[in-house]
Amino acid sequence: MPEVTFLEALRQGLWEEMERDERVFILGEDVGIYGGAFKVTDGFVKRFGEARVIDTPISEAAIVGAAAGAAHMGMRPVAEMQFIDFISCAYDMLTNYVATARYRAGLSTPIVVRGPCGGYVRGGPFHSQNPEAAFFHTPGLKIVYPATARDAKGLIKASIRDEDPVLYLEHKWLYRRIREQLPEGEEILTPIGQARLAREGRDLSIVTYGATLWKSLEAAEQLDKDDGLSVEVLDLRTLLPLDDAAIMQTVKKTNKVLIVHEDTRTGGLAGEITARINERAFEWLDGPIMRVTAHDVPLPYAPTLEDYVLPQTDDIVKAARWLANY
Amino acid sequence: MASRAAPVSSIPPTQPTALPAALSRDQLVEIYYYLRLTRTLEDRLVALYRQSKVIGGLFRSLGQEGESVASAYALARGRHQDILSPLIRNLGALLVMGAKPVEILRQYMAKADSPTHGREMNVHFNDLEKGYLGQISHLGDMIPVMAGITLTFKLRGEPRVGLVYIGDGGTSTGTFHEGLNFAAVQHCPLVVIGEYNSWAYSTPPEKQFAVRDLAEKMKGYGIPAVTVDGNDVFAVYAATRFAVDRARRGKGVHFIEVKTYRRKGHAEHDDQHYVPKDELERWARDNDPVDRYVQRLLESETVTEADLKDIDDRVRVEIDQATDASADAPLPEPETALPGVFVDPPAADRLWFRTL
Repeated sequence: MPEVTFLEALRQGLWEEMERDERVFILGEDVGIYGGAFKVTDGFVKRFGEARVIDTPISEAAIVGAAAGAAHMGMRPVAEMQFIDFISCAYDMLTNYVATARYRAGLSTPIVVRGPCGGYVRGGPFHSQNPEAAFFHTPGLKIVYPATARDAKGLIKASIRDEDPVLYLEHKWLYRRIREQLPEGEEILTPIGQARLAREGRDLSIVTYGATLWKSLEAAEQLDKDDGLSVEVLDLRTLLPLDDAAIMQTVKKTNKVLIVHEDTRTGGLAGEITARINERAFEWLDGPIMRVTAHDVPLPYAPTLEDYVLPQTDDIVKAARWLANY
Repeated sequence: MASRAAPVSSIPPTQPTALPAALSRDQLVEIYYYLRLTRTLEDRLVALYRQSKVIGGLFRSLGQEGESVASAYALARGRHQDILSPLIRNLGALLVMGAKPVEILRQYMAKADSPTHGREMNVHFNDLEKGYLGQISHLGDMIPVMAGITLTFKLRGEPRVGLVYIGDGGTSTGTFHEGLNFAAVQHCPLVVIGEYNSWAYSTPPEKQFAVRDLAEKMKGYGIPAVTVDGNDVFAVYAATRFAVDRARRGKGVHFIEVKTYRRKGHAEHDDQHYVPKDELERWARDNDPVDRYVQRLLESETVTEADLKDIDDRVRVEIDQATDASADAPLPEPETALPGVFVDPPAADRLWFRTL
């Protein structure tokens, strides 16, 4: 089995869906001959032509709006945000128009809006964001956030086939850092709405997603070695809808929960997950539900500052150790 | 009131043009039917609003019915033909595309059997087979969406055209700019009707933009544009027909500015204290689109007063029947609020405190 990067896996997923279904097309800034800022769509225009790989003006609202219109007509558009930070320019279109369309008007709007997110790459305040919390609050959207190459492929394919709008967040720190052997000739589809147990454990659960999955796994390894702690790690994979069953299952197993995300703290997903555990598994808890997140500041550029603001493996180790001793 | 930079009230009605040969007598009569249907339906909605049967706001198109009906009438209509996206003052366009008065009445009264089952209001509903896509309240958003719809026509090689309305105020939005530019670059078969009706809620054009005519803005997009007398049904029809035919031939976006006038407030609650009173009276007296259309028909001896009265009677019966079929219908059952956000999951969860 060939080893592929996260980015190559995503690319394969897109390519296969475009081969499979002629209704699928890509639109975004510099996605054509340039192949996208991170080369996710490299070679696509040569294979599929300019009608299916459309270079657009710098107009995120128009990209999402036009994708919605095309989707109403039966197409399956995949809209790329060059950096996911710019999705805020399409916030109105996504939250007011797209997300409400089925409910208010019975309109089918199967679009995928995807783009590179996340920090740890010295991208500064506008090329490092994690926008999930801004959209998590909107009924009518689904949000997926793969952490592995397999899920990068499986979730882009599932997102394109979903009947409703999906935000697909791809962490740029994982693009070329994560490699995995993927079988050739076998269809990989990751069901939307299902978390994945990334590591089994008995003493404590870490609930996480995206880049911090890898930092959590690293921390779990270290805690096992240094402290003899058995840490379970749950990779959410889909943020909206959350896999409540998987979350409650791990809570009931280990009775202690640490929620880790790269996004800022206030109003971040950890708050919602905490509330759900409180409502559904309160009596199973042997300690407070704790959060490891970014600090509540815009993400700064300098390595010393970025490293301080974002959650690091060492932070997770210390927090987990504190919780285990509670 | 300060002097108006672009006093539309001073624009004289265009000189009578010959009745377009492309329109048969039956079609001319049908246009009259839609004009009368629009106005009568709105009169009925006013009555229902005053009886508190209309749940939300009521938005009138009085004085603008001509451009709504005429522009829509220039499209290919029927199943899977052209598609337009109307604004709240395009009731006439919606009726031309095949929406029924009973649907409009049920929408306004939030009935369970309204097209959106009580989820959305007024003309915010759609039937893509018949060819209309309702707006959302965020002005300008329908321009990118219609760009995407017409992009699809182009990609599939279908000889179909889209038409979208935007008000003078709506041209100030970012989505208007983004969508129009996108459509222009992609040569989408899209016709844009810019309705210069002099008021965006209470804001006049000189506080909205620094050009005299909306058509001037189109130079910045490379989009051909024309300004027509929006209260001349024939002028609007001819201009739209030209733009629609052009778009259908693959020539891209076309912009038609229609100079008209909003004779009622933003909605029924609005007392229009900011409007010079004589301006309203002048437009009602001298430049009513329905009066002008009737005058032209009668002068051309295409129809008689008796023919028109027959239509008026028919419309009144139709509106009466539609009212009877909707006024006492039930509101939606509360729990029908939960399904239909997604295909999967099919319904939102009922919250725990509702099960106590």
